[in-house]
Amino acid sequence: MVKREKHAVTIYTRYERFWHWSQAALIFMLAFTGFGLHGTHALLPFEKAVMLHTFSAIALILLWIFTTFWNFTTGNWRQFLPHTKGLFAVIRYYAWGILFGEEHPHKKTLRRKQNALQGLAYLTFMVIIGPALWITGIIYLLYDVWNEIPGAADGLFIVAALHTAAAFLMVTFVIVHIYMTTTGKTPLHYIKTMLTGVENVELTEVERAYLAEEHPDRLKDA
Amino acid sequence: MQMLIQIVSAVPKVMGILVLCFSMGVDAGTSNEIEMGISEYADTSRSHLKSATDLPAKNRVSSSTADHSEFKELQGPFTSGPEVTEACLSCHNKAGQQFMKGIHWTWEYKHPVTGQTLGKKNVVNNFCTNARGNEGMCAQCHAGYGWKDEGFDFNDQTKIDCLVCHDSTGSYYRTPNSKGNAACSIMFEGKQPIDWNKVAQSVALPTRSNCGTCHFYGGGGDGVKHGDLDSSLKHPDKALDVHMDAGGLNFSCTECHQGEGHKWSGSRYNMDAKDEEGVGKPGQRRLVATCESCHGHSPHPGNNLKAVKLNGHTDRVACQTCHIPAFARGGVATKTDWDWRTAGKLKNGEGFNLKGYTQGNGEHRAIYKSIKGDFKYGENLTPSYAWFDGVMNYTTIETTFDPKAGPVEINGFNGAYDDEKSRIWPFKKMHATQPYDKGNNTLVYMHLWGEDESAFWGNYDFGKAIKVGMEKNNKPYSGEHGFVDTVSYWPITHMVAPKSEALNCSGCHAKEGRLSELSGFYMPGRDGFGWLDILGYLAVIGALLVVLVHGVIRFVMCKKRVTEHCKAEE
Repeated sequence: MVKREKHAVTIYTRYERFWHWSQAALIFMLAFTGFGLHGTHALLPFEKAVMLHTFSAIALILLWIFTTFWNFTTGNWRQFLPHTKGLFAVIRYYAWGILFGEEHPHKKTLRRKQNALQGLAYLTFMVIIGPALWITGIIYLLYDVWNEIPGAADGLFIVAALHTAAAFLMVTFVIVHIYMTTTGKTPLHYIKTMLTGVENVELTEVERAYLAEEHPDRLKDA
Repeated sequence: MQMLIQIVSAVPKVMGILVLCFSMGVDAGTSNEIEMGISEYADTSRSHLKSATDLPAKNRVSSSTADHSEFKELQGPFTSGPEVTEACLSCHNKAGQQFMKGIHWTWEYKHPVTGQTLGKKNVVNNFCTNARGNEGMCAQCHAGYGWKDEGFDFNDQTKIDCLVCHDSTGSYYRTPNSKGNAACSIMFEGKQPIDWNKVAQSVALPTRSNCGTCHFYGGGGDGVKHGDLDSSLKHPDKALDVHMDAGGLNFSCTECHQGEGHKWSGSRYNMDAKDEEGVGKPGQRRLVATCESCHGHSPHPGNNLKAVKLNGHTDRVACQTCHIPAFARGGVATKTDWDWRTAGKLKNGEGFNLKGYTQGNGEHRAIYKSIKGDFKYGENLTPSYAWFDGVMNYTTIETTFDPKAGPVEINGFNGAYDDEKSRIWPFKKMHATQPYDKGNNTLVYMHLWGEDESAFWGNYDFGKAIKVGMEKNNKPYSGEHGFVDTVSYWPITHMVAPKSEALNCSGCHAKEGRLSELSGFYMPGRDGFGWLDILGYLAVIGALLVVLVHGVIRFVMCKKRVTEHCKAEE
C-alpha cells in the first residue's frame, strides 16, 4: 500500500470550473424556457421562450463541442471511464451510512476525483441525456429543413416526445445532483470546492513531489 | 362642386324618409326601435360620401392617354343605361364578348375540381337563401340591365351595365329590376335621377367603392355576408387594412385581384389556399389574388432567428391566419346567425323591422325583420380556423342530406395537416336555421320577391313561397317544409392588420389557443405527451421527495449529534 497524505490541492482547473458553471447556467435557462414552451408554466411569452431556448441551446452545444475537445486533449476523459470498484459501498453509504456519521468510502485522489456512482451518473449525463437532448434538439430546430418529407408532422411528434423525455431526465438529474452537493463535510463544502477548485485529497509522495515541482500553484497547503 | 350640390339637394328627401320612420313609432319601454314596412334597399350609391374623420385619399396621378369626357361618342344625350353601354361598346368592341364570359354576367361557375355548377344562379346560401327566381330584387347586383325573370337575354351586349363598375362620380345607382310586393315600393322613393351624360363621361378604372356597391352589401346589407368586406373599406385607415389604407397605399380591389379581359382572380369557390409559385419570374404579372404573388414565400424580412421561424410557417399557415386577428373591425357588424323560423310576425297586419343592435359606427341594425326572421350580429370577431385546401364543396339544391346529422354544411371543404396542399385558414362561420324540403331532405328555393300572392316578402307564407320557388325552377318538392340548421364558411382574407397587430406566437402555441380545435398533429406549446408527461412529472416529483426525506433524516441525525454534516463551518 502506497502511503498517502491529505493535501489541499486545486483539483478542478479553471476551465473545468468555467465549463461546470456556464453549463449549469445554460441548463437552468434551457429547462426554464423549455418547460415554458412545453406549457408546464406560463411565466414568459412563447416568442421570448423560443428565442432564449434556441440561443442557449446553441451556446451549450458550442460549449460541449469545445469541452469534448478539451476532455480528450487533456486526458481528463479518463475521469469518466466507468468502473464499478466500490460502487456498492458508495450506494450503501448514501442510503444508510451517511445518516449515521460513517466516513465516505471513496477517497478522492488526483486520478479519481469522482466516486464510482458519481462517475456513472456523469457518464449517463454526458453520453445519454446530453446527446439525447442536443440530437433531438437540433433535429427539432431544423424542422423547416425536413418538413416536406411525407410524415414529417408525425416525425416532429416523435422528436419532440424524445426531447421532452430527455428533458425530464435532465431535471431529475439536476435535482439529485444539487442535493448531493450538500452531502459534503458541511452543506456548502462541495459548492465551495466547485467555485475555488480546491479540495483535500490524498496524495502519494510521488504525486506531491510532482505537483511541487511542476504545478506548485496547485498545492494550496500553507 | 356639382356633386356637393347634389348631396345637399338630396338631404331634405332623406330627412323626409327618416321622419316618416320615426313617426311610425318607437316602441316605448324598450330601447329597440321599430321601423314599420319593408326597407331592404341599401343606398350603396353613397359610396363616395366621406365623413370629416376620413383620412385624405392619396390619388395616383392618372396616366391615361384618353379623356373620356371629350369623346364625341359620349356626348349623348343619354337617357338610359343601355344607351351608354352601346356608346362604350362602339369603341371597346371586344369588351362585351369578354365580359359576357365572366361570372359577373353569367352568375354561373363550373367548378373545375368538383364539377359542381355553382354561381349565384344556382347556389343556396344561408342568408336570403337563393337569388334564383328572385332576380327582380337580387339581380340589382347583376352587372346587367333588367334581369327579372327567365326572359332575360344573356346574349344581348347592350344589357351589360358598364357604369356600375366604371362610374367614378358616385352618383350612379341601381334599383331592383321589378317592383315586388306593394309593401316594398317605399324603398326606392326619393332618389335623385341619374345624370347619364355626366356618368358616361366620367368613367374610370374601378375603385373599392365600385366593387363595394355589391361586394360590401352581400347577403342583404352592409357587411352582412363576409365579415371582412363592408362599407368601412371605402375609406379605411391603416389599422383596418394596411393595403387599402386611404391615407397610404390606397389599393383598389384589382390591385390584388389581378385580371385581364374582364376576368379577375380570387374565386371563393376555388381558392388558391397555398400558392406555391410566389412572386413568379421577375417582372411576371401573375393572375392570382394571393398574398404570395407579391410577398413571396419568405415574407418576414431579416436574417434572424425570428424571421426564419416565422417564414417556416408560411407553408402550413395562411398569411391571413396571423395577419387578420379579427374581422368586422371597421365599425360595421356582420351577421353570425339567422333564424328564418320566426319570419312573418306582423304588427297591425304589416311587416316591420326591429332595430336592436347598434354597431361600432353608430348605425342601428335590425335584429328582427318580418321578411327574414331573427339575426345575431358580431364585430371584432375572432375567426374559426381549419385546414383548407381551397376547394369548396357545396350543398346544392340537388344534394340530399340527413337533417338529424348535425348542421348541414352549405359549403364544406377538405384539408388536413398531412395534405401538403392545405394550410390553416381563418373563416367566418355563419349559422342559420332555414327552410328545407322535409320529404326529400334537400334545401329549397324560396320565392321571396314578386308582385304575386305567393312571394314571401309581403305575403309571409313559407308553404306557398317554397312551393312556387321550387315549381318555378322545376325542382322536385315533397310539399312539406321544415327548418334545418346550416353553417357556411367564409374564408377571411381582407382587413389585413398592421404587423404590430398580427397574432403573436402564443395566440396559437398555447393550451387554449386559437388552434386548440385542430387535431391530429403535434404543435409545440399546445400539445403534451400524455403518459410520457405523467411519467416525467412523477420522476421529478419523486426525486424531490427522495432528497427531501433524505435531507430531513440527515438534519435530524445531525441535530441528535449522531453526525456532523450540518455544521456551518468546517
